[in-house]
Amino acid sequence: MEPMLQDKFKLAGIKHQDADNVSRSGLSFWQDVMTRFYKNKLAMIGLVLLIGLVFMAIFGPHMTGHDYRTNNLSQKNLAPSAEHWFGTDDLGRDVFTRTWEGARISLLIGVSAALIDLLIGVIWGGIAAYRGGRTDEVMMRFADVLYGVPYLLLAILFMVVLGQSLTTMILAMTITGWINMARIVRGEVLSLKNREYILAARTLGAGMSRIMRKHLIPNTMGPILVTMTLTVPTAIFTESFLSYLGLGLSPPLASWGTMASDGLPAIKYYPWRLFFPAAFICLTIFAFNVIGDGLRDALDPKLRK
Amino acid sequence: MLKYIGKRVLYILLSLWLIVTATFFLMRFAPGNPFTSEKRLPAQIEANLKAHYGLDQPWYVQYGEYLVKIAQWDFGPSFKYKSQTVNQLIADGFQVSAILGLMAIFIALAVGVILGTIAALRHNKWQDYGAMIIAVAGISVPSFIMATVLQYVFALQLGIFPVARWESFMHTVLPALALASTPTAFIARLTRSSMLEVLSNDYIKTAKAKGLSQSAITVRHTIRNAMLPVVSYIGPLAASIITGSFVIEKIFGIPGLGSSFVLSIGNRDYTVIMGVTVFYSIILLLCVLLVDILYVLIDPRIKLTGRKESA
Repeated sequence: MEPMLQDKFKLAGIKHQDADNVSRSGLSFWQDVMTRFYKNKLAMIGLVLLIGLVFMAIFGPHMTGHDYRTNNLSQKNLAPSAEHWFGTDDLGRDVFTRTWEGARISLLIGVSAALIDLLIGVIWGGIAAYRGGRTDEVMMRFADVLYGVPYLLLAILFMVVLGQSLTTMILAMTITGWINMARIVRGEVLSLKNREYILAARTLGAGMSRIMRKHLIPNTMGPILVTMTLTVPTAIFTESFLSYLGLGLSPPLASWGTMASDGLPAIKYYPWRLFFPAAFICLTIFAFNVIGDGLRDALDPKLRK
Repeated sequence: MLKYIGKRVLYILLSLWLIVTATFFLMRFAPGNPFTSEKRLPAQIEANLKAHYGLDQPWYVQYGEYLVKIAQWDFGPSFKYKSQTVNQLIADGFQVSAILGLMAIFIALAVGVILGTIAALRHNKWQDYGAMIIAVAGISVPSFIMATVLQYVFALQLGIFPVARWESFMHTVLPALALASTPTAFIARLTRSSMLEVLSNDYIKTAKAKGLSQSAITVRHTIRNAMLPVVSYIGPLAASIITGSFVIEKIFGIPGLGSSFVLSIGNRDYTVIMGVTVFYSIILLLCVLLVDILYVLIDPRIKLTGRKESA
């Protein structure tokens, strides 16, 4: 047998140390989540709707040249036409302009309620979970007692007593709304702070700030985001509900709830006055709900295929 | 078990005390008083009225008396309707509201569970998509809009059902449907997702391998186990029915407790507002307690000591 000669063999190109190299760029957690989110058709419909709503809330009130608060009694209760795209109401105000003015208020209420819930909830839940022991016990018991207070009844009381303004409405919504967020944050932090990978990170010498930044915050962000997204439709619903009871914002401010409430008595003759605000209440609630559901599904590792 | 219930009752009493206190102080700070009207009352008459209702006492005396009276289930007189007590008002209105509410709960549970079951059994088929589209629509449409649409289509346009009032069975159909719409959608979604989870279990495979029929598996093994999340929804369900009744009763002109509550808000009739708020809070908290007890009874896996405390 001929002896094996080194020069008859050639290295094909793979080096030993290359075996551990990652050939494709890695997906970060959020890239992974977003890929799954984008595949969810219903959530994408919701997202497109929401972008459209935000766009119209910004530009809609300036589109027709009509003002949302000027009365024009010679042009009241007109049907939708080229001049008034959504018709006019009983004081001759342009329903199209008022609808988008209402969109601003609904989105403002929804987003500020969600942000205030986030702020109080994260601080309360975070401190309770971080300190643990007696502090945790007292803080969460307080939340438990407050949680028993029926949300809408309290909101009604607030509106009756403190007067009907935007601030009161947001206050009424957040007074018990933050509890949900606090519970979720507490649960997440409690389950995370004793995980092995946190221990591993600490063993590797990671400081507190790195653990917070790289491990705790990204891992609690998901449930927080979902809760926030689902708070918005509740707030928008509450606004329209209170307005419907006559406890909403005072005129000439246009909110969808007050517009629907004003349109109700005239439904037989001027149905569009109720139709447009009602349709946009539903569409907005729908959009936020499906986005929230989509995010939750995208974030749930159990659903990964 | 008794210790657990005792602890839950204690929390409920604390919540209730918080509600009573909050309503009491909120009402004290409220602008205007029930004797404000277009015609200003002579000072002497107003003072006499205040003395009659105990409003001339210092706040701690009023607060103490209010607590004692509520503990005795006495919500005091209505400020607006001189001849009526709040107890009477609640008793009269709640008869109607309870019928409407129970009908809605029945519809929500029956339709919701059936829709959810169909969706889960036909997972990813058109039945599933159909049921879930109905559910998403039900969640997105607030009950008062649903009520208006139902009223417009079935009463005003088609004339199948009466428009409003509370007289016969036909009068109850539309309001009950409107009230049930949102909870039905929630229950359908809950049932579907928990059925899907149960269906993936090994014991369902075992049941199939034993040769049990599809219906026996569904009824005996799947639905029974999938009902837990639905049971825990009873609390929010009651809340949704009660608050929903405020607008639904207003829209359909039903003489229930919900519409008299809304009326009392407009009238600034403080004793009625306080009384109804406390009354509804009691009902809601009792529902929460009921859920906690039911849960323990239905699911033997749950420990009696309650949440998160492993001791």
